[in-house]
Amino acid sequence: MAFIRVTSPHAHIATTTGDVMRWVILATIPGLVALSHFFGWGTIINIVIASVTALACEALVLFLRGRPVLFYLKDCSALVTAILLGLALPPYAPWWIVFIGTASAIILAKQLYGGLGYNPFNPAMVGYVILLISFPVEMTRWAIPETLIADGESLPSLISALQAVFIGNTTGIDGFTGATPLDLFKSQQGLLVEQITSENSIFSLASFSGVGWEWVNISFLLGGLFLLYKRAFTWHAPVSMLAALAIMATLFYDGGSSDSGGSVLLHLFSGGTMLGAFFIITDPVSSATSNKGRMIYGASIGILIYIIRIWGNYPDAIAFAVLLMNFAAPFIDYYTLPRTYGHTKSERATRSRDQ
Amino acid sequence: MTQPTSKPMLIKTYNIPGGIHPPENKVQSMQLPLGEIAIPNELVFPLNQHIGTPADPIVNVGDTVLAGEKIAEAVGGLSVPVHASTSGTISAIEDRVLPHTAGITGPCIVLTSDGQHKTIAYTEVKDYHSLQPSQLIEKIRDAGIAGLGGAGFPTAIKLNPSGGIEGQNTINTLILNGTECEPYITADDRLMQDYADDVVAGAELLAFILGSPQRVVIGIEDNKPNAIKAIQTAAQGSSVEVSVFPTKYPSGGEKQLIQILTGQEVASGTIPASLGIVVQNVGTAMAAYRAVRYGEPLTWRITTCVGEALHTQRNIKVLLGTPVQHMLSENGFNATQASRLIMGGPMMGFALPNTDVPIVKTTNCIIAPSQSEMPEPPPAQACIRCGLCAEACPASLLPQQLYWYAKAEEYERLQNHNLFDCIECGACSYVCPSAIPLVQYYRAAKGVIRYQEQEKIKSDHARQRFEFRKLRIERAEQEKEEKRQARKQAAEKAKRLAAEKKAAAAASGEADASKNTAQDAGADPVAAAIAKMQAKAQDPAAEKAKLERAVSSAQSRFEKLESRFIDAEEDQREKLEAQLKQAEVRLKDAKKNLSHFLEAQILETQIESTKPEKPKSPEKADSETNKLKPADEKSLDAAAAAIERAKAKSEAMASMSQEDKLKTQLASLEARVQKAREKLQKAEAEGSEHISAFRTGLEKMETKLATTQKELETLKESN
Ligand code: SF4
Ligand code: SF4
Repeated sequence: MAFIRVTSPHAHIATTTGDVMRWVILATIPGLVALSHFFGWGTIINIVIASVTALACEALVLFLRGRPVLFYLKDCSALVTAILLGLALPPYAPWWIVFIGTASAIILAKQLYGGLGYNPFNPAMVGYVILLISFPVEMTRWAIPETLIADGESLPSLISALQAVFIGNTTGIDGFTGATPLDLFKSQQGLLVEQITSENSIFSLASFSGVGWEWVNISFLLGGLFLLYKRAFTWHAPVSMLAALAIMATLFYDGGSSDSGGSVLLHLFSGGTMLGAFFIITDPVSSATSNKGRMIYGASIGILIYIIRIWGNYPDAIAFAVLLMNFAAPFIDYYTLPRTYGHTKSERATRSRDQ
Repeated sequence: MTQPTSKPMLIKTYNIPGGIHPPENKVQSMQLPLGEIAIPNELVFPLNQHIGTPADPIVNVGDTVLAGEKIAEAVGGLSVPVHASTSGTISAIEDRVLPHTAGITGPCIVLTSDGQHKTIAYTEVKDYHSLQPSQLIEKIRDAGIAGLGGAGFPTAIKLNPSGGIEGQNTINTLILNGTECEPYITADDRLMQDYADDVVAGAELLAFILGSPQRVVIGIEDNKPNAIKAIQTAAQGSSVEVSVFPTKYPSGGEKQLIQILTGQEVASGTIPASLGIVVQNVGTAMAAYRAVRYGEPLTWRITTCVGEALHTQRNIKVLLGTPVQHMLSENGFNATQASRLIMGGPMMGFALPNTDVPIVKTTNCIIAPSQSEMPEPPPAQACIRCGLCAEACPASLLPQQLYWYAKAEEYERLQNHNLFDCIECGACSYVCPSAIPLVQYYRAAKGVIRYQEQEKIKSDHARQRFEFRKLRIERAEQEKEEKRQARKQAAEKAKRLAAEKKAAAAASGEADASKNTAQDAGADPVAAAIAKMQAKAQDPAAEKAKLERAVSSAQSRFEKLESRFIDAEEDQREKLEAQLKQAEVRLKDAKKNLSHFLEAQILETQIESTKPEKPKSPEKADSETNKLKPADEKSLDAAAAAIERAKAKSEAMASMSQEDKLKTQLASLEARVQKAREKLQKAEAEGSEHISAFRTGLEKMETKLATTQKELETLKESN
C-alpha cells in the first residue's frame, strides 16, 4: 500500500500565524479600554468602521487577484491593521477619514505589494500618514480626557458620538476636543517645563505624564508584555526603541529650561509611544529581521521619534519614524547577519562571491 | 548501583543557540523490554547501506549462506561489505526499492531464509591491545560497520583521521553520541540500558585505535535517566566520562554535540577531525567492539517501532534486511490507521513510499503515526517574518531570509546567507506559524546550486581545453615555420652562424612548449575525466550501458566485416578494406569512450574518498547511491591502473629536474633518429618512392636533436 510522502519535519508546532494575529488583537484590549474610559466611544467606533472596511477591501482584492478569500481572511492580518489604525486615529473622526485611511492601508500599502508578508511598509502607518498629510485639521483634533471635563458634564453619549462621526453633526461633541499633552508641549515651547506643567491641568492633574494618556500608555505596555510573554515577538525592537527615546529625552531635558524637550516620562507615556513600541514597530513584516537588526531598527525609530517630536512640524512622530525606518530595514538586514555556526565573523549579505 | 559517583559528575557543558522542545513521545516505546521478532522468509540487503561506493556481491543466486557470512565485498576505500543476517539461500540479485523517499531502486541481494539461523564460526580476540590499530580498523571495516546513527558513514574511515599521514589531525577528544534528540526514537536509550558494558568497552576500543585521546566522553541528554545510570555504572573505574546535558533538539547533531561538550565550533567546510575530535554513535561503538572482541559482523540492530497505528510499540532487535512490512505486522500494524510511514525520526526522517523496503544499518526508527498523531501539514501561509525560525535555528542562520531568497531563486544571496551551513534539522519549519516547509526549499536550492557549480566547472574546463588547444596549434604552426626557416638557412652555409642562433631561439620556445604539454598531460586525464564525469553524473548507469552497447555493436560489425574480408574475392577486397578500417576506428573510439567513462567513475570515488567526512545530508547520500552503480570490476581495475600510470608518469615528469628532463628527451630523440636513419637506409636500398619523406623526417629530428643537445649544454654550463 502506498503512503503519503511528506518531507521532514513531520512534526509541527500548533501555533499558527492566525493565532499570533489573534494574540495581538487580544493584547490591544487594555489599551482600548483605557482609551474608551478617558475619551468615550470614539475609538470603538473607529475600530468598527476600520474593521469592516479592512475586511471588505481585503476580500475584494483577494477576489480580484483570484486568491482563496476565506483562507487569507482567516489569518486576521487585515483585522490587526484595522484595529491598530482605529486605535491611532483621533476619536470621533468623521467616518470617511477612517474609511480612506483603512482602504489605503489595505489596498495601497498591503495588497498592491502582494499581500501579507510582502509589504515593505507598515500598512496602518501608511494609512495614518496619508490621512495626516491630506486632512491635517481632522487628524489633529483629539478629544479631551474625561477627567478634564467640566463638572456636571459627561462624555458624549453613543448617539451624539455616532452623529458626529456619520453626519458630521458635531454639536454633541463640541467642547470635548482639546490639545494632547504633546500638542501643548510643542505649542508652549519657550516656557520652563515647570510653568507648562503647572499651568495646564492636563499635566497638573496627572501623576507623571498627561491625564489619561499615562494610563493609555500603561495599558498598551501591559498588552505588549503579554505579547512578549507569548513570544509573539522578541524584546529587541521595543526595548531598544524605548531606551533610545529615554536616552534622547534625558540628553535634551536640559534641567527643565525653556529649551527643554520635556521629561523622560512625558515622552515614554504620552502620545502613541507604547502603542508604537509594542504594536507598530514589532510588525515583523516591515521591520528588520535579525535580532541585531531589530535593535538597530528600534533604536533608530526611538531617536527619530524624539527628533520629529521636538524639532519637526508634527506633535507626534511614530508614523513618520516607522515609515522612514521601513525604508532602511532591508539595508539594515544586509549588514546585520548573525554569525553562523562555524564562521569566525558575521558577513555582509551583499558581498560578492567571486573574490 | 545507587551511587555511581566515583567520578566528578559536574562536567561543564555549553549551551547551543536556538533549538526547540517538541513533544518527546519517547515513553510509548520504552514500556516494553527489547523485543525480538520471527525471522522473515525473505530478507533484502541493499548493496549500499552506507555513504560511498556500493559493495560488490560475492555470492551467486542459488548459493547457500550462513548468518554472518559475507555476501558482498567493499569496493575501494569508501565502502563497507555486507553480511547475511541469517542462514538460507540467495534467491536473487536484482534491483529492489530502497529505503528512500523517492522510492528509487538499487541493487540488492535477496536471501530466502531457512529459518534455522545457523551461524558461521567467528574468530574471537581476547585482548585487542595486542593488535595494531590498523589491524583493528580492518576488522571493523570487514565487519561491515557504518555509522548506525543516521548518515551511515563507514566507521573505519572516521577511525583513521590522519589518512595515513603522520601527525595529521591528532585526535584529542573522542565523543560517543548517545544524545538521541529526535522525538519518538529510543533505540539508543534501549541500547545504552541493555548493552551498557559493550558501549563503554566500545568507547575504550575506539579510543585505543585513535591513539588514546585525552578525553573520551559519552554525551547523553538528561531525558534518559536510566541509560545515564547504566552507562555511569559501566564506566566506573574507566577513563570514560559521562556527560549529561539538558534536552533540546537538535543537540544530537554532530556539530551541535561538539559545541555542547567542548564549546568549540567546527569551522564551516571542515570536519571535526580538524579540531582533533571524532564523534561516533553509541550503537556504532558497540558494534565495533563486538566485531573486534567476538568477530561478529554487523547483522542486527535495535530499531524503535512506534506510532499509534501499531498495536505494540517497542524496541526490537531486528535482523538487517528484514522487510519493514514484516517488522510492522509483527507489531500489530493497522495500515488504514496510519497517516504516513516514517523511517527515522519525525524531524529528519523521511516518509516511506511503501512497506516493501528493508531495515538497513542506519534504520533507527520506524514510525507509523495515526491521523491525529501526525495530521497532514496545514497549507502554508505567507511568511510574516516573525523571526521565530531564526530563534530556533541552531546554526544561527536567518531561515526567513533563506526562504525568501530560495523562492526568489537568488542563489548568490543564499550562499551569502550561508545556506550550506544549514544542517536541515527542521527546527525552523517546526516553529514556523505559517507552516512553511522551509527545509524543502533549502534542499531544493542546495541541489540547484550544486548543479550550477558542476556546470560551471564543466564549462570552465571546456573553455580551458579549447584555449589550450588553440595555443598548441598556434605553437605548432610557429615551430613548423621556424624549422622550415632553419632548414633553409642551414642550406646556405654562409649564414650558418645566424641559422644556429635562430635554432637556439626556436629551442627555447620549444622547451617551453614541451614543458606545457607535460603539465598538460598530467592534468588533462584528471580534468577531462572530471568534466566527463560531471557531464554524465545525471545517469551513469544508463550512460555506461549505452557505451557498452556501442562497444559491442562496433565489435560485432568489425568481426562481421573481417570474416567477409577474408572470404571476399580479390576485386571486392579494396572496398571492404576501407570499411574494415573504418569499423576498426569506430571500435577503438567506442572502447576509448567506455574506458574514459569508467575512469571518470573511479575518479569520482577517489575524489570522494579524499574528503571523506564532509557532512552529507541523507538526500545527497541517497543520490550518490543512485549515481554509482557497480561497474564491472575488471574494466574498473584496468581503468584505475591506467589512471595510476598516467598520474605516476606525470608526477615523475614533474619531479624531474630540468636537466634530467632534457636528458630523457635527448635519449629518446637519439633512439628515434637512429631508427629513422635505418629506415632511410632501407628505403634507399629498396629504392622506395618515400625516400624524400624519410629524409625530411630525419632532418627534422636531427635539428631537434641538435637543439636539445645545445640546450643541455647551456644548462650544464649555467649550473
Ligand atoms: S517562522 Fe515562518 S513566518 Fe516566521 S519568519 Fe520564519 S518563515 Fe517566516
Ligand atoms: S533546517 Fe537549517 S535553517 Fe532550519 S533551523 Fe535547521 S539549520 Fe537552521
